[in-house]
Amino acid sequence: MNSSKPNSNYSELAVEASGLVKIFSRHRAVDGVDLAIPKGTVYGFLGPNGAGKTTTIRMLATLLKPDEGSAKILGHDLIREPGAVRSRVSLTGQFASIDENLSGMENLILIARLMGYTRKQAKTRAAELLSAFGLEEAAKRQVKKYSGGMRRRIDIAASIVVRPDLLFLDEPTTGLDPRSRNQIWDIVRVLVGTGTTVLLTTQYLEEADQLADRIAVIDHGKIIAEGTSGELKASVGSGVLHVRLLDREKRSGAQRLLSERLGTPVHLSNDPAALSARVTQTERVSEALGELAKADIRVTDFSLGQPSLDEVFLTLTGRPAVEKTSKESHA
Amino acid sequence: MEQNTQSKIGQQEQLRKVLLSQERPPKAGAVSASLTFGWRALLKIKYVPEQLLDVTFFPVMFTLMFTYLFGGALAGSTSKYLQFLLPGILVQTVVFTTVYTGVALNTDISKGIFDRFRSMPIWSPSPLVGALIADTFRYGIASVIVMILGLILGFRPNGGLSGVVLGIVLILIFAFSLSWIFTVIGLILRTPNSVMGVSMTLLFPVTFASNIFVDPATMPSWLRAVVDVNPVSVLTTAVRGFMQGTIDIGEVVWVLVASAILIAIFAPITMYLYRHKR
Repeated sequence: MNSSKPNSNYSELAVEASGLVKIFSRHRAVDGVDLAIPKGTVYGFLGPNGAGKTTTIRMLATLLKPDEGSAKILGHDLIREPGAVRSRVSLTGQFASIDENLSGMENLILIARLMGYTRKQAKTRAAELLSAFGLEEAAKRQVKKYSGGMRRRIDIAASIVVRPDLLFLDEPTTGLDPRSRNQIWDIVRVLVGTGTTVLLTTQYLEEADQLADRIAVIDHGKIIAEGTSGELKASVGSGVLHVRLLDREKRSGAQRLLSERLGTPVHLSNDPAALSARVTQTERVSEALGELAKADIRVTDFSLGQPSLDEVFLTLTGRPAVEKTSKESHA
Repeated sequence: MEQNTQSKIGQQEQLRKVLLSQERPPKAGAVSASLTFGWRALLKIKYVPEQLLDVTFFPVMFTLMFTYLFGGALAGSTSKYLQFLLPGILVQTVVFTTVYTGVALNTDISKGIFDRFRSMPIWSPSPLVGALIADTFRYGIASVIVMILGLILGFRPNGGLSGVVLGIVLILIFAFSLSWIFTVIGLILRTPNSVMGVSMTLLFPVTFASNIFVDPATMPSWLRAVVDVNPVSVLTTAVRGFMQGTIDIGEVVWVLVASAILIAIFAPITMYLYRHKR
């Protein structure tokens, strides 16, 4: 199974949506979303809080009726055949979609029974999944006593008691530590490897970059850019120069100088000593750095690299993806 | 480090196997799905046994209060009053307990798990029906407790064991039907507390403007007319009939009709709200 790039079976779409609209008391939460998600790929919805990611997913998972537009999920019409859609998809919501009062084992047995397993099969299946997710020891503990990472894993385990053809993961790693986040990423990769299409939402650009074959950047209910992470980066520019100064007082001077030399706007980072700028001609970089040295602005480190998706987002929307006031900082 | 990487690969391999080594089970039937949800609700009692307090403490308090505070004044003696009151207090206990169905649903639905249930290929009313089945079990516990207390205090049912059991079964059928009103309230209101408040405000007049505590013979005629058609009165009369051995089948039929009407009206409304819940 080729999960790296989707061109293998473009004709076969897991999700095909056109003009999806959802209005909540005059606010257009989703405002004309078109999607074409190939089977067997990971598709990332990237956007800040309130962009319309969750609402779109809830419509595609048959939880909300679109006010306008139509969609086919794995060949089934979303509006006319919700039952057929439900039997092929699975949803892991943004907030624990498991019963926190029950143990991990009981949660999985519950779902397995609902999916049609006999009591005995349900127990076997639950035990298998707990072991595959490294949760054997916590099997009998109430889920509310689980750590954030364990909770996420049991939540995903519940979604794949019967392996779905399409899995919705709504912000699967929000608030997780890097280790737990990596575990979730591994699980997603294995899932895609077995043929499941994954549609995930995230506020983390790194996550979309790491996992998604294609990314839709969503803002104010609209898709403002779509493509592979490479394509999105390329649309922004050839590269980005990051500079960190020894003396933060000199940042505005450095900003002026760099902007003159590079001929592009220079962006001040959250880090008070750092700046970054898009680079169109790489040969100008050394000139610009030399200029800083002449002006006695000492540089502690610098790098020239591909633009990050953060910068992509900034270029596309004119503001950072994650607001500075947000508590959930981008790890 | 090496070992770590190895165990990680092992884990991924295991996960891949678990995902692939699977036959798709046949779809769960409506009954089986509902019973599974009932099982889920009962498991909660295992973890939070305190929730049974409200179905035990409240009725015990009510029985004792009414029997000893008002019994003598209302019927001449407490033991005489108890024969009249007990079937009624049983009805009242269970009717009040139905409020918790709405409160519990309201608490539950605000959590993500209902999104999962709603996106699963199951008979869509089954999460609600299952919860009501488990609640009926709770009502059963409440009934048994009140009955035992009554027997200790001196309640002597002429209808015998079968009369008592049939009376309780009738109450449970009615309670199951009545619960659908509270599922509607539970789905409309925002917080569990407001569900509690609104439901109690509804239930107090309905239970007190009935023949549970007193014979309506002395009430003004307009009130009597209301009390007589109150389904709670009809139910209480039928339960008294069963327990005293003087049952009139017509009364039972009326209770069943009232139950059917409640379900016919409120179950579809509940399902509509449930499906369209944001």
